[in-house]
Amino acid sequence: MSTVASLARATLAKDLRLEWRSKDAINSMLFFSLLVVVIFSFSFDPTAEESRRIAGGLVWVAFLFAAVVALNQTWAREMRNQVLDAYRVSPAPPNALFLAKVIGNFIFVTVLQALMTPLFIVFYNLRALGPAYQLPIVAALGTWALVVNGTFFAAMSLRTRSREIMLPLLLFPISIPALLAMVEATGAILTGEFSARFWIVLLAAYDLVFTIASLFLFGFVLQAE
Amino acid sequence: MPPVSDLPPVSPAVSVTGLVKQFGRFAALRGVSAEFAPGRLYAILGDNGAGKTTLLRAMAGLTPPTRGSIAMLGTTNLRSVCGQLGYMAHPSLLYDEMSGMENLGYFARLYDVSNKDQRCADVIRAVKLDPSLTRPVGQYSQGMRQRMSLARALLNDPKILLLDEPFSNVDVRSAREMVSLLRGLRDAGKTIFVVTHQASLLEGAADEFIWMEAGQIVSRTPDLHTTLETQ
Repeated sequence: MSTVASLARATLAKDLRLEWRSKDAINSMLFFSLLVVVIFSFSFDPTAEESRRIAGGLVWVAFLFAAVVALNQTWAREMRNQVLDAYRVSPAPPNALFLAKVIGNFIFVTVLQALMTPLFIVFYNLRALGPAYQLPIVAALGTWALVVNGTFFAAMSLRTRSREIMLPLLLFPISIPALLAMVEATGAILTGEFSARFWIVLLAAYDLVFTIASLFLFGFVLQAE
Repeated sequence: MPPVSDLPPVSPAVSVTGLVKQFGRFAALRGVSAEFAPGRLYAILGDNGAGKTTLLRAMAGLTPPTRGSIAMLGTTNLRSVCGQLGYMAHPSLLYDEMSGMENLGYFARLYDVSNKDQRCADVIRAVKLDPSLTRPVGQYSQGMRQRMSLARALLNDPKILLLDEPFSNVDVRSAREMVSLLRGLRDAGKTIFVVTHQASLLEGAADEFIWMEAGQIVSRTPDLHTTLETQ
């Protein structure tokens, strides 16, 4: 376990260093999310109440599509010069690589959320009428759900010819329960009309199941030809 | 000194039995069977598409065979001996955005290399590069990248080295230096497989020249000229 943790730390540090130097993922994510915020704000001019009702869906659509960009980048980096083969021939456990990639993507999407949330608040005149302290919990659980599945399916579609199309095709259907929970929980917190607790518990359970399943199955994905 | 027949038989470093690899309908390897003794340098030759790279990738555990088996260092569980293999592919297997030391530092962690900074600097020097070079590998010349790639393969002090085209795009002087390094490693007891189209570089260094054709080993001789004449 300590080997997995220490190798995951080394791989994460390497990924953060590569991202810091290239800024491939964060730039494309930011650009995409900015487009969503600006285009939607131009398309309609909702009242504060309407904003609160639709914001949950809007925010998560922006983050979901932006996350897909980051997820594709994560593995594209490993395919350049076939560096992934160097990992495959090493005695390092596949779990460590997977864990590092998930945590790395989680950091990228969280940075994006931190940068975009103030813009969402300003453009859509948002204010939580429910318990606002639950918002970071929903954001963390929702982001984890997206990146854990996304990292797994991005690795699975690595060797397919049209991987940019394959990833959303695989990821979106399986993420529907998580997406529903994220949108409903965010809506509940913003409007204060009902409790978000059920959706938060559902998200936590979803995260747990898919994290364990992905950790178990990733070895097969990595060694597949 | 006991007569040669009384010496205990040396168990092969690598043993390949009935190896078949098919990609769809195309058979890249068609029943390759061979044994390779430890502490020897093997040059694997052949035309494009002969199955050289596929054989090397199968030995590295990167390409699972369709049929047949490979035993490395006495086991068919290649995963259990991967820490004792060094693999150099045609692409560099290095991150372009990081320097040579940063790249090797990361891979040293994967192999749990002790005293890693020292070891990384040593292997970089062994391939005649400068460990203090801070520029990213992406800005290296092709030849420098090849040598850094060899340094990466040597990092874990492997017992078996699998090298795919190590001399491509390397100038003649550097290639000769690489050959002399490989000869030293062979003399130190390592088993080395070199897939190459520049066989003449290994003349006098390789113990055996293996010629592959259409997914099969068709000849094994200690002399390059004999190998080339029979083809």
